[in-house]
Parts: sequence; C-alpha cells; structure tokens
Amino acid sequence: MWHWLNQKFLAPKSFYANSAKLIPWIALAFALCFSYGLFAGLFIAPADYQQGDGFRIIYVHVPSAFTAMAIYFSMAVFAVFTLVFRVKVAAIGMSCSAKIGAWFTFLALITGSIWGKPMWGTWWIWDARLTSVLILLFLYFGFIALQSVIPNQQTRDRAGALMAIVGVINLPIIHYSVIWWNTLHQGPTLSKFAKPSIAPAMLYPLLAMIAAFLLFYALTLLLRMRNQILLREINSQWVAELIHE
Amino acid sequence: MFHNLLVLIHHDILITLRQAYSWLTPLLFFVLVVCLFPLALGPDTETLNKIAPGIIWVAALLAILMSLGNIFRNDVHEGYLDLILLSSTPLTLLVFCKVISHWITHCLPLILISPLLGVLLNLNNTEELTLITTLLLGTPVLCLLGAIGSALIVSVRTQGLLLPILIMPLYIPVLIFSTSAMMAASLHQPLSAYFAILGAIALFTLVFAPFLTSAALRIGVNQ
Repeated sequence: MWHWLNQKFLAPKSFYANSAKLIPWIALAFALCFSYGLFAGLFIAPADYQQGDGFRIIYVHVPSAFTAMAIYFSMAVFAVFTLVFRVKVAAIGMSCSAKIGAWFTFLALITGSIWGKPMWGTWWIWDARLTSVLILLFLYFGFIALQSVIPNQQTRDRAGALMAIVGVINLPIIHYSVIWWNTLHQGPTLSKFAKPSIAPAMLYPLLAMIAAFLLFYALTLLLRMRNQILLREINSQWVAELIHE
Repeated sequence: MFHNLLVLIHHDILITLRQAYSWLTPLLFFVLVVCLFPLALGPDTETLNKIAPGIIWVAALLAILMSLGNIFRNDVHEGYLDLILLSSTPLTLLVFCKVISHWITHCLPLILISPLLGVLLNLNNTEELTLITTLLLGTPVLCLLGAIGSALIVSVRTQGLLLPILIMPLYIPVLIFSTSAMMAASLHQPLSAYFAILGAIALFTLVFAPFLTSAALRIGVNQ
C-alpha cells in the first residue's frame, strides 16, 4: 500500500506529472472564491456600525493571519513525513512553504497595523494576537535562515524538519504565554475591541476569502514545488527527456 | 548507567574549568550588559528598579545564548562524539550530561552573581529571592532548548548569529513568566503560580529536549 502510494504519487516524477493536472482546478477554485469574496466583501457586505467601511480590511487581514498559521502547521506535517517516512516531496513542500508562510505573516502584520491606525490610533499595539503573529514571523525567519546555511541537501531537509517540529510544539506555549502576558499588562485595551459576533452578510465573504487564500497557498506551493523538483532532479533521465520535448 | 552519567558530567566540568575563558566570558558579558543599562537610562533608582527584572533576564538570556554556540563543537571536531556514537552509551545520555555540565559551569556562575547585580539595581530581599528562584527554574530550560539549535548547526562553519535567531523565539515563554514573577514580587503578590508554571515548563523541556537534541545531533553531524 505504502509502496504503491509512494510510486504512484509521491515519487518526484509522478508528483510532477500529477500536479500539472491539479493546478488548473486549484486556480479555477481560487479565482471563484477570490472574486466572490472580494466583491461581496467590498460592495455587498454592510458597513460596520462602529468602524464604518474601515472594517473591510478584515477581508485581507484575517485570511492572511489564518493562512500564515495554517502554513506553519502544514510545514510541521511535511516535517513529520520528511523525518519519519523520508518522503522527498514532503521535504520540498516544507522548504517551499516557509517563504510563502513568511510572506503571509508579513501581510497579516502590515494589514493589522494599517487597520490599527484608524481604529486604535496607533500603528502598533502590543496586542496579544499581533505579538504572537510577530513571533510567528521570527520562527519563519529562523527556519529560512537555518535552511540557507546548510550546504548538504539531505541534512538541510532533515534539520529544517526537526526545527519545524520543535517550533510547532512551542507555538501554543508561546501563544498562550503572550496572551497571559498581555492581560497582565494592559487587559482593558483588548476587551474594548472585543469582536461582536459577526453578521452572516459579513461572514460568508470572509470565509470565501479564507478559502481563497488557502487555495492561493496551494497554488503557489505546487508551482514552487514543481520548480524545486526540476532543480533537484536536474541530472535524472526524466528531466532530460522533459527538456528535450 | 548512573556511574557513566557522573563520569561524563565530571569530565565535562573539568574540561570547561581548565579553560577559564569559556565560562568566564559569558559571566563578564552578563555583568557588562546589565551595567550598560544604568549608563544608558540614567541613574534614577526608581526607574532602574522598575525595569531591573527585564534587564537582568534579557542579559542572562543573551549570555547563555552566546555560551551555547559551542556546546557540542569541540566534541564533534575532536572525534569524541564519534566514539560515543560507536559505544553502547546512548547519545541522549551524553546530551543530557553535556547540558547539565554546561548549566553547572555557565549558568550557575550567572545565578550566583545575580544577587550582586540586584543590589546595583536596588532590588529588595523578596525580589532578590524571586530573581534567584526564577533563574534556577528558567536557565535549565534555556540551556536545554538552546542545545537543540546548537546541535542542528554544529557543523556549519559560519554560524554568526544564527543560533540566537533560531532559538530566541522559543525563549519567550520563560522570559515572560520569569519577569512577571519578579513584577508580582515587587507588588507583594503571591508567587507560587509563576513558579509552578516555570517548573512545569522546566520539567516538560527536561523530558523532551534531550531526545530532540540527540536527533538533531545525528542530523547535524552528517554534513
């Protein structure tokens, strides 16, 4: 079973072939979700009674923060497959995810601070969630830095995998300690801005945008992974044949 | 097994003590960084007292990070690690002993000198005691976590500041709980909850980190 799966889907060659069939569908689903989410979010959803039209940045901010977290967890899953089952494609997926994840985290921080300026009156507040996203960005940087200094390919994959697992074990501890730290110092700031439960007309575009961001991640990940597979297998027979075609 | 453990620790401590440079520099670094803050912020005793927990803890954290860079390096270069890998002694045990001896030679001096720095920053008796307790509970965690990163990059030639970048985010919980404990101490609040959480983190790390470190060492050596 495992051998079959490995041969059929997880070997770099078959993964390269299969992903080509998958990409148009993902792109289509992304285009649908993104256009619906963007249109409904910007024009159909009613303005917030407190924040006016300013709240619409939620349709970029929340999806990017969610995706940034999701990518880190997907990296940890890839890491387990790298360390335990030695799946080559998983290692490629892991290292390609890191840069995409770092960009999404950066986007979440930037949109968060743009949102904070009119609502909180300042670009940056040491709010618990913003702070833990900032730390997530540092974790991504650490991972990327680690992978960039190790010359040997296999060591790079396995070292990165171990680091991703250590990071994912620590992430909840860090997250809750930051929340705890924040409530100790400046609790009231947060509860003032506690989110009222969101209206359906605002919620559906948000869900669509989250789906769109996740699909965008899948799309860019596959494209990057295909690139990386070609680079790594550059000396193999099938890549040579592919180039000759 | 227990005898092996003691022999390894004893051996490591002896080696470190004979190179005074390796354990004295982190200590001096710690003292110097703490002394920089009053110079930078002015000698106002009230301000200094308020930020003393943060200063001492950040300085200790940085000093320990600096010292951890070569915890496994000599063993790898001199082939000692290869012998351990060939012998019947489990690698996890070696890692465990290395971290314990590193803590004794590099962190214990910091903890012993910290009351003195506390005096410089006008800490009262309760705060001094809290400082020592948090350092006793927190520094093992810093060593154990740092060892994982240090093992991963043991063969990387130009390490530079890679280890701090890799490991510092993981130090945040310890930093938060230790400094909050000290702030609570200055407000005469109960402290047992902070110590309980720090102790829990320390035990959790003590159980899992040596295994991760030995896995990291196996990965790091093969480059």
